[in-house]
Amino acid sequence: MIDISTIVSGAAGQGIHTIGYMLAKTASEAGYHVFSWQEYESRIRGGSNSYRIRISDKPVNAPLGKADIFMSLDRESKAKHLPLLKTDGILVDEEERGERVITVPFSAIAQRDFGNKLFANTVAVGALTAVLGIELASLKKVISHEFAGKGGEIVSKNLSAAAEGYKLAKRDCEGRCPWTLTKREQRYYLISGNEALALGASAAGCRFMVAYPMTPSTGIITFLSKHKDELKIFTEQAEDEIAAVNMAIGASYAGARAMTASSGGGFALMVEGISLAGMTETPLVIILAQRPAPATGLPTRTEQGDLLFAINAGHGEFPKIVFAPSDPKDAFHKIVRAFNLADKYQTPAIIMTDQFLADSYFTVENFELDKMVSKSCLVNPDKIQNYKRFQLNDTGISPRLFPGQSQHLVCCDSDEHDEYGHITEDLELRKRMVEKRLKKYELLRKEMRPPEEYHISDAGAIFVSWGSSRNAVLEVVDVLRENGAKVGAIHFTELWPLPEYEFPPEKNYYTVESNATGQLGKLLRSDYGVKVKGTINRYDGLPLDQEYIRERFENG
Amino acid sequence: MVKIEAYRSDAENQWCPGCPNFGILAALKNALVNLGKKPEEVCLVSGIGQAAKMPHYLKCNFFNGLHGRTLPVAVAINVVNPELITIVVTGDGDCYGEGGNHFLHNIRRNPNITLIVHNNQIYGLTKGQASPTTEAEDKTRLQFEGVELEPLQPLAIALLHGCSFVARGYAGDFKHLSNLLVEAISFKGFSYVDVIQPCISWGTHSVSWYREKIYKLPQEYNPRDKEEALKKSAEWGDRIPIGIIYRDDKPHRLFGDYFRKNIFDGKLTELGCPPQRLIAEMIERYR
Ligand SMILES: Cc1ncc(C[n+]2csc(CCOP(=O)(O)OP(=O)(O)O)c2C)c(N)n1
Ligand code: SF4
Ligand SMILES: [Mg+2]
Repeated sequence: MIDISTIVSGAAGQGIHTIGYMLAKTASEAGYHVFSWQEYESRIRGGSNSYRIRISDKPVNAPLGKADIFMSLDRESKAKHLPLLKTDGILVDEEERGERVITVPFSAIAQRDFGNKLFANTVAVGALTAVLGIELASLKKVISHEFAGKGGEIVSKNLSAAAEGYKLAKRDCEGRCPWTLTKREQRYYLISGNEALALGASAAGCRFMVAYPMTPSTGIITFLSKHKDELKIFTEQAEDEIAAVNMAIGASYAGARAMTASSGGGFALMVEGISLAGMTETPLVIILAQRPAPATGLPTRTEQGDLLFAINAGHGEFPKIVFAPSDPKDAFHKIVRAFNLADKYQTPAIIMTDQFLADSYFTVENFELDKMVSKSCLVNPDKIQNYKRFQLNDTGISPRLFPGQSQHLVCCDSDEHDEYGHITEDLELRKRMVEKRLKKYELLRKEMRPPEEYHISDAGAIFVSWGSSRNAVLEVVDVLRENGAKVGAIHFTELWPLPEYEFPPEKNYYTVESNATGQLGKLLRSDYGVKVKGTINRYDGLPLDQEYIRERFENG
Repeated sequence: MVKIEAYRSDAENQWCPGCPNFGILAALKNALVNLGKKPEEVCLVSGIGQAAKMPHYLKCNFFNGLHGRTLPVAVAINVVNPELITIVVTGDGDCYGEGGNHFLHNIRRNPNITLIVHNNQIYGLTKGQASPTTEAEDKTRLQFEGVELEPLQPLAIALLHGCSFVARGYAGDFKHLSNLLVEAISFKGFSYVDVIQPCISWGTHSVSWYREKIYKLPQEYNPRDKEEALKKSAEWGDRIPIGIIYRDDKPHRLFGDYFRKNIFDGKLTELGCPPQRLIAEMIERYR
């Protein structure tokens, strides 16, 4: 099995993103499964960041800590990240020479042969492509495509720079680099969580996206703004997150599918709006891209620290949907589902991701567009005589129209209201309205999908996880089972209302979460009555990976 | 022909008997009737406060949202459905205090909506605390020794940020206010009317205090002169002008113009879902 991890490290602004992304695209172009993620500091220049690319002939989609190939663009980053190179790994370096080193002076070549240091990155990608044993043609194709908008001269210079790096590295590779990634016919999608969510929202018919910039959620509105002409979506940068959520609610009240996105801090500002959507029974979709908190926390790192906050967000009691997709494909389909359910139950839906899922590029073999139905639940105004926006009935789901749709008036109030939407202090009616809203919760609970089970029947120990850590958890199960351990996994992506589910008895449950206190574990105890044997937590800002989980599991 | 009865609401009115808010309600109904607008063509957006209860007292579409959050809701409604007459009814606390940031930035956006602020210089619903427009030194039910802040100058703020319709009305002058609202509602762009509305329960000034000082801008006043408008907007003391303080009828960039001119000119509700092949094609770019 092929499974090669590469780390490119360097200071912010040096272009490790370009190198990493081009290399990931090249391996994908060659027909391989690629997974790439970044860890970076919250600054525009300097510091030391890294871009990690994992290439395999099987689906991987999870990070690994150690690398087979390492390249660094400056000394500080090299000192920081070189310990991640395996002892039998290959170092690609500008100056160092040695038995396990491929020496390619990319900056000098760029300056000397192409008259500009800017080409150093392309020389470097050329070298890495050679080290991996990928054909140069795959890289050439990627370069021609990525630089297409910049004119013929830029394209041809970059092609030459790549070829030069490739040639020089190839020479050193003789007898040192064991890898050959011959071109395969397979063609996969390489896509990030943010891109998948933006496309999924659009596919669901979202026509209004408003947000205030906050890492790592900003990519979603940026993507939609860039593609607004073809997707026909209205985008706006709000003056703050409070405005953002209220604008989304206004747009939804007016009949459009609408959403907003932020990270923990901005989401905290939206909380009153979530309650407003609950009270006015307005569909609303919010993406919460988590990062380490409290407060500003670590702006560019990852964490799953907001689960209990999200499910409890909003004062008062009302139904709410919380999903946490596991990867871009799941995110794409889940946001469509979120729009549909928010529409059907006239209530807010929150999609939880994190920096890891938002920014990482995952390989997706196929999307199931044919399975995707986007269904609006607005009623037909012609069939209504005496319109009551908040009509009391068996399901708690009242007929929703939008203002200006017909002669029927659509009245909504954040105060407790009567069936027409008018403010009321009739306490008997208040009681019935509370019950009406909670009826929807009961129905919604039945719609929630149970967690995914993986090798649980013979397992004595079961990992329980949620959201973006799925692939790392399934991988550790595979690795441990190969070593004879009877382990399994239960993975949640639909978290509120908690789905109806029977945890198999007499198993040892271990929660695996990117947070310090084991928030899913708390829900397991309180809502499912499950005894949690152990918790595996990561809260240093880096994503969970198979090695980390295994180490904590085996060494208690 | 739309009749005034069309706007009659059955909801029980919670305002204090004799409150000048009734005057604003009557003037707004009258303005809508004069404009020939049917209730279903109108959408009122309000927040929380005494003023913000207005939508319950006339029959039309409404969204009575959170305290301070009227403008974001209204702007979005206007984007989704530009044909709806979208009117914000709010108080001085709701709009200039809790919602101050939205007030600032929506002036800059210039959406085609109307903003009516019931300015009673006090927090009425919460029983008499200072609002952003309460004058310095005025004593309230919370600022017992007098307000230590300078009052906000909302009309000047609007003028300085490019609002092209700035007016001040008086709740006690039905005819004048109704005409003002007709002008504001039919104006293309963000039209803003601050309405002096004495609070007879908690206000720091009596009705007669206002009545003695208020005067109508004279015929010869030129509302196209911005410098003059700035002066008038700051006139508050012995004399308080009412009328259209500033009005610029030149076509202006409206919020959402790019979208309507280049992407889609209509109600967003007509768009539905994009064709699946478009999404499929965009996903293909990732392969
Ligand atoms: C978030 C929030 N904070 C505070 C309040 C309490 N509150 C309700 S109305 C109001 C002030 C209203 O003043 P104004 O907008 O001037 O309206 P008026 O009653 O004077 O017409 C306050 C502070 C609230 N409802 N919501
Ligand atoms: S409190 Fe003041 S503003 Fe409110 S209804 Fe009574 S008089 Fe009018
Ligand atoms: Mg007030």
